[in-house]
Amino acid sequence: MAATIVAATSATQRLERPARLRYAAVTIALAVVLVAIGCLAVTVGPAGISLDDVVRSVGHHLGISGVAAPPVLADSIVWQLRLPRVLTAAAVGAGLAISGSVMQSVTRNPLADPYLLGVSSGASLGAVAVLVLGFSFALPPAAFVGAFLALIATLTIARTGGSLSTGRAVLAGLAIAQLCAAGTSFVIFWSAKGDSYRDILNWLLGSLAGSTWDTTLISVTALVIVGGLMIVMAPRLDAFAFGDTAASALGVNVTATRWLFLGAVAVLTGAMVSVSGAIGFVGLILPHMVRGFSGPSHRRLLPAAALAGAAFLVIADTAARTVFDPRELPVGIVTAFIGVPVFIVLIRRRKVGA
Amino acid sequence: MSILIDDASLELDGHLILDAITAELDAGAVTGILGPNGAGKSTLLRLIAGIERPTRGHVMLDGESVHALRRRDVAKRIALLEQSVDLATELSVIDVVLLGRIPHRSGLLGSFDGPDDRAVALRALESVGALGYAERSWHSLSGGERQRVQIARAMAQEPSVLLLDEPTNHLDVSAQLSLLAQVRHLGLTSVAALHDLNLAAAYCDRLIVLSDGRLVASGTPTDVLTPELIRDVYGAASDVIRHPRHGGPLVVYAMEGAISAQHDPRRDPLRTPQPSRV
Repeated sequence: MAATIVAATSATQRLERPARLRYAAVTIALAVVLVAIGCLAVTVGPAGISLDDVVRSVGHHLGISGVAAPPVLADSIVWQLRLPRVLTAAAVGAGLAISGSVMQSVTRNPLADPYLLGVSSGASLGAVAVLVLGFSFALPPAAFVGAFLALIATLTIARTGGSLSTGRAVLAGLAIAQLCAAGTSFVIFWSAKGDSYRDILNWLLGSLAGSTWDTTLISVTALVIVGGLMIVMAPRLDAFAFGDTAASALGVNVTATRWLFLGAVAVLTGAMVSVSGAIGFVGLILPHMVRGFSGPSHRRLLPAAALAGAAFLVIADTAARTVFDPRELPVGIVTAFIGVPVFIVLIRRRKVGA
Repeated sequence: MSILIDDASLELDGHLILDAITAELDAGAVTGILGPNGAGKSTLLRLIAGIERPTRGHVMLDGESVHALRRRDVAKRIALLEQSVDLATELSVIDVVLLGRIPHRSGLLGSFDGPDDRAVALRALESVGALGYAERSWHSLSGGERQRVQIARAMAQEPSVLLLDEPTNHLDVSAQLSLLAQVRHLGLTSVAALHDLNLAAAYCDRLIVLSDGRLVASGTPTDVLTPELIRDVYGAASDVIRHPRHGGPLVVYAMEGAISAQHDPRRDPLRTPQPSRV
C-alpha cells in the first residue's frame, strides 16, 4: 500500500509540476506584458511621442541623474496627461478584476460582478448629483459617499440577526441599484442641461478621460491596501467551494469572512468607480479568463486576475481614446465590445456555467 | 472520542427544533440517527459539529464543550459530510480532497498546499479506493464516486469524529452498501443520519430516534427497531423479523395498498398462482 501511495504521489507530482510552472510562467509573462503595454500606451495618441521621450520624461521626474531633459511639450503630454491616465487605468482594471473574482466566490455565482451590491449605482447617483450642480471637482468624494451609502443600505437590508445571507445580499443590492438608478434618472430629467449631459453620459458608461495624478493616487492606494488585504486573506475563500456549511465545518468563521470580503469589495469598487465611473465587464469576465490557467486556488487567482485586468483596461482605454480620434469613446463601450465576444467564446467552451 | 449531548435544546425563529436532547455517543462506534423528515436529524448533526449553537445545554467532546473551542480546532476533530452538496467552480478530485487540509494550515503563509498536505490527501483517496480518479474533474463523477471523494475529503481533515447527513441519498444499492461498510471500516466515532431503517440496523452499533425534535428512543438496533416504535414515529405498519444473514432486526413494511402479485397474475406473468394456496 505504501508503494502505491509513493507511486501515486510521484504521478500527481508529475502532473502537478507543469501546471505550477505554467502558472508562474504565465503570471510573469502577464507582468512583463503589462509593463510593455503601459509604456506603449503612453506613446500612442494624436501627438507623436517616442518611447525615448517617455523614458526621459519619467527618468527626469523621478530625479534620476544623467537623464537628458525631454522636450517640454512631450514632457507635459507624458507626465500631465498620459502617464496618470495609464496608471489609473491599470489600477482600476486590477481592482475591478480582484473584486469580481471575490464576488463570484463569495456569492458562488459565476455571473456576479463588483457592482452586485449596488455600489456602482450609489456612486453614479452621487456623481450625477454633483455634475448637475456644476461641482465636478467634488466628483470622486461624492461618488465614494454614494457608493458607501448604497453599500450600507444593502447590507442593512440583507442582515438578519448578525448573520449575512448572500442570497439576500444580492436581492437587496438589486433593489438598492434600481432605486439609485431611478434617483439618477430623476436628477438628470429635472436638472441636466447642455454640456453636463455629455459629462454625465461619459461618467455613467465609465471613462478614464478625467484621470490626473489625484485619481492615480486614489486608485493605486485603494488597490495596494484593500486589494492587498484580499490577496493575503484569499485562501479562506477556497473553503467556500461547497457552500457555507462546508466552509464552517472546515473551521472558517463564515459570517466574519463574508462581512470582511464584501466590505473590502465595496470599498475597493467604490474607490475605482469614484475615479472612472462604472466600467463594465472587467470584473465579470477577467476572472473567468484567468481561472483557466490559475486553477481554483484564490491565492493564485487574485494576483493573476489583477495583472490581466490591468493590462486589459490599459488596452481598452488606449483604444477608446485613439480609434475614433479626435472623438473619444467612453471606455465602458470598448470593454463591452471586447468583453462580450470573449464571454461568448468562454460560454461555448463551457468554461462558464458548466 | 466520545460525544456527550447534555440536555441540548435549539430554538430557531421561535420554533423549538431540538428539545432537551441527552445522549452519549460511544467512542469508535457508529451511531445512527433515525426519524422522519423534519425531526431534527440534520440540526442535531450541525449542533454536534459546532455550527449551530444550542439555546440551552451543551455538546461535550471528551469533556470539552464544542462551542467553547475555536472553529479551526473543532474542524481538526470533527468532519461533516453534508447531504447532496454542489460545487460552483471547476475542481479536480485532488483539489476537493485538499480542502480538508484547510484547518491544518497556518495563517498567512500556509496558504499553498505543501507536500505533506498532498501526501495526506492521497492517503485519504487511497483509503476509500478513489486514487484512480484523483485527477478527474469533480463534475464528471457519479453520485457514488462523489460520496467516496467526500469521505476522502473528510479523512484528509484527520478527524476523530465523522458526521454524515444522509450519506446514502441518491446512491444505488451497491454504492449504499459499500459506503456504509467503508464508514465502519474507518473505525472513527461516526454519527450518521439515515432514512433506511434496514441499513441503520445492519451498519450501526447504536441508534437514536428523533421525533419532532425530541429523543424518543435509543439503544442497540434490536432494542430500538420494534413495530410499535416504527408505527409511532413513522406511522407505518411493519413486522420486524430476524435478518437471515447478520441476525439483526429486519424491518418488513406491511405496504398497504401495494399490488399483490400472488392474486393478480396479469400483473406478474412470470409467477403463476399456486392453486393450492389460493
